[in-house]
Amino acid sequence: MAIVERPLAIGAGDDAVPVVDRPLGDLTRPKISGTWKDWLSTVDHKKIGIMYGVAAMFFFVIGGAEALLIRIQLATPNGTLLSPEVYNQVFTMHGVTMIFLVIMPLAAAFANYLLPLQIGARDVAFPRMNALSFWVFLFGGLFLNSAWLLGGGADGGWFNYAPNSSVTFSPSHGIDFYALGLQITGIASLVSAINLITTVLNMRPKGMSLFRMPVFTWMNLVVQFLLLFAVPVISVALFELTFDRLFGANFFNTEAGADPLLWQHLFWIFGHPEVYILILPSFGIISEVIPTFSRKPIFGYSFMVFSGIAIGFMGWGVWAHHMFVSGIGPISVAAFSLSTMFIAVPTGVKILNWLATIWGGRLRFTTAMLFAVGVVSMFTIGGLSGVTHSIAPADTQQTDTYYIVAHFHYVIFGGALLGIFSGFYFWWPKMFGYMLNERIGKWNFWLQIVGFNVTFGPMHILGLQGMSRRIDTYDASFGFEFWNLVASIGSFIIAAGIAIFFWNISYSRKQWKKAGMPNPGPDPWDARSLEWMTASPTPEHNFDEEIVVESLDEFWHRKYGYDENNNVVRIATAEEVAQDGSNTNVHLPSPSYFPIVLALGLPIIAYGLIYSLWLCIPGAALLIYGFVGWIFEHPDDPNAAHDHHDEHGDGDEPDALDAPADDAGADDEAELVAAGTETEADNG
Amino acid sequence: MASATVAVEHDEDHGHAETNTGISNNKLAMWLFLSSDCLLFGALISSFLLYRTNIGDNNTGYDSPFDVFDIPFTSLSSFVLLMSSLTMVLSLSAVNRDDERAGRIWMMTTAFLGMVFIGGQVFEFTEFYQVYGLGYSTNTWTSAFYTLTGFHGVHVSVGILMLLGTVFGTRKSGLGKGKSETVELVGLYWHFVDIVWVIIFTVIYLIPIG
Ligand code: HEM
Ligand SMILES: [Cu+2]
Repeated sequence: MAIVERPLAIGAGDDAVPVVDRPLGDLTRPKISGTWKDWLSTVDHKKIGIMYGVAAMFFFVIGGAEALLIRIQLATPNGTLLSPEVYNQVFTMHGVTMIFLVIMPLAAAFANYLLPLQIGARDVAFPRMNALSFWVFLFGGLFLNSAWLLGGGADGGWFNYAPNSSVTFSPSHGIDFYALGLQITGIASLVSAINLITTVLNMRPKGMSLFRMPVFTWMNLVVQFLLLFAVPVISVALFELTFDRLFGANFFNTEAGADPLLWQHLFWIFGHPEVYILILPSFGIISEVIPTFSRKPIFGYSFMVFSGIAIGFMGWGVWAHHMFVSGIGPISVAAFSLSTMFIAVPTGVKILNWLATIWGGRLRFTTAMLFAVGVVSMFTIGGLSGVTHSIAPADTQQTDTYYIVAHFHYVIFGGALLGIFSGFYFWWPKMFGYMLNERIGKWNFWLQIVGFNVTFGPMHILGLQGMSRRIDTYDASFGFEFWNLVASIGSFIIAAGIAIFFWNISYSRKQWKKAGMPNPGPDPWDARSLEWMTASPTPEHNFDEEIVVESLDEFWHRKYGYDENNNVVRIATAEEVAQDGSNTNVHLPSPSYFPIVLALGLPIIAYGLIYSLWLCIPGAALLIYGFVGWIFEHPDDPNAAHDHHDEHGDGDEPDALDAPADDAGADDEAELVAAGTETEADNG
Repeated sequence: MASATVAVEHDEDHGHAETNTGISNNKLAMWLFLSSDCLLFGALISSFLLYRTNIGDNNTGYDSPFDVFDIPFTSLSSFVLLMSSLTMVLSLSAVNRDDERAGRIWMMTTAFLGMVFIGGQVFEFTEFYQVYGLGYSTNTWTSAFYTLTGFHGVHVSVGILMLLGTVFGTRKSGLGKGKSETVELVGLYWHFVDIVWVIIFTVIYLIPIG
């Protein structure tokens, strides 16, 4: 089969001359087989989004088990389940896992799945790079967790302050795994940021101006920009740490006169934007859910967008509020104290907007809506405790106590994670073609929110009583035992809630199969944005034809109009408006094995850096192989059994050019179209 | 790694489609990557600035980095790198004129000048290590110095590979006008790396230690 070669095709122009390629081994062009193997080579943004979600939920189970270990240890005074050394590893890996391997990839799951759909595009700008991001993330996460099997996890806390992170104080390889593992997942975030920003800025259909994009898309755009600029900063910190530990550099070697604050600054310059990277996707999700179930447009759309952008900018100016007690000097403390108070303003604007959206709406308390309301209320508590420690003198008392632990769990669990669950219930039918059971969903919600408050509410009190964070146990005489026991019971209530969620997935699916797999229809919630304007589950090609957008909430406006008294009236059913996904004439990017091959090289190199540089050679070889193969593989297989018709149809037909010039087995375009119809059926 | 991925990412969505910004996907991706890279060098340069005066730590016997710098030599190799930006521009303009031969020659010249620069860096590192006894672990200054200049050297090397890849990878398909965006993107990267060097050179070799 001929593969068109575009050597080092850095944006090769339209008139690249087709040449017959020498295929690179068996990996050259995967065939759609209809089995699990398709997932290894897929470049479909929806499949990649789902894989992000599955991988993140896997890590969520690991991180959750670590959390339960912590709570069992602390349930009673003088707990003996975990030794101090293991306790350090467990809370560190818990934090690192939850932030980098659960919340971030869950956000990436939604972003990948939804951004192209919400703007009405067929896929992301660079489908293979999208697959690359996912595999790099997955291998990075597995690499990081493999530390458990190879001598123990990192033990320096998720922010891993120097010089505590040096070989002297942490001689095991745990922190090497931390540094290299996060480096790898950072690459994934960076590649994905470039990809998604390009997609949103460049690939909107006619009429989809920036200010007609749904708030979810906007929030994720801001997040991707934050990643674009925050990731390189943490990369440098991690490189320096790696070089210190493995090659004897002196960046954080205080004995050689190094300044330990260097790490703290670099980490928090990344770290505070990072907290917005965690929360903004969830803000985006509930900004879709709340209007839908209030049957009102979002209140103050432009405020919503601009406050998101404002957070994106201001997030860079507050990092040192994590360092009030590090000795940064009174002027810095005062300045960062002030800037931190200010950043609460755009956040408050958002909360008011959600409340105003709910106000006077005709509410439907579905599970998704409950979770969204949960976010608004829990995040408000977390935001308020955040403001209390923006006041430096107060923070001096609170820092490194359980008060901080309470704060960030209210924002990350109560804000980010609950929002993601809202998203699960909301978009599940769109992604999988069946609804999650609402009754079980409500059990899921109430257990989770009650368990959450029982766990983390008391931590405010414990913190103010002076219980410091990261201690592996406490004595009965300290007066901490009651609230600790309460918190530990709460953590098991949360676990029950999450277990019910997993059960709901399989139960709902079984019920749905029993009922003869009824289709939920394109728009089960009477929603507003474009992803609901195509069939459920989303067809592989997303949209049958390009949508011309005329307003914000385009889909809603096609369903509803106004009568002479200016009352909202239904003018069309969702089925009438939505596309049915029957168009098989849409050009799709071809699958490829090279992203996974390339990604696999990275953890091998990382193991090599830790254990033996020799291992870097096969790792690098794999990387180079994947890379070269990638370049020589044309992104669109001209002989693929996909339909190969260009949907833009603007007369500038590269397909004709791509057709192999002199390959004996070359099919012509007509045959391709015919062949395409069959495969569409077996991979759809 | 990431840089190269971006660079070779070919317009998978049929780059002919008009984009909303008017900038092609590839070019936008390259700009985004470079803007991210600014922060990478920003953090590295900040780290160096923190340890700029520490060359004497651990009894190296030097009061100031200017005891070991060979400013004329480094200025010369910096000049070479700057000239390579000029040849890169000439290459792009040749490709735009559809003058394939000149395009290739200028691109090879650019790669060659880049290699001269890297050669100079290797020479400087060896000199520091062997003559002045400054190893990577000697003190905070050496760690910061080698890391910053090393990262830049890696960027230049990747650029050289991109240049050579473009020259040799297009032997069959030709390097005419149709490839001008490819060349432009390589050029963007190359100029970026040059500009970063101007900043690094100023910070390390020019600003006196007061
Ligand atoms: C109203 C907005 C917020 C304000 C004013 C605020 C303020 C603060 C301050 C001053 C600290 C440092 C406390 C200390 O270590 O002594 C802190 C810690 C923290 N915040 Fe926030 N915050 C806000 C929102 C958020 C959000 C949205 C998130 C995440 C989604 C978040 C996550 C965290 C985390 C993880 C820490 C703990 C870092 C550590 O381990 O020490 N915060 N916050
Ligand atoms: Cu912060």
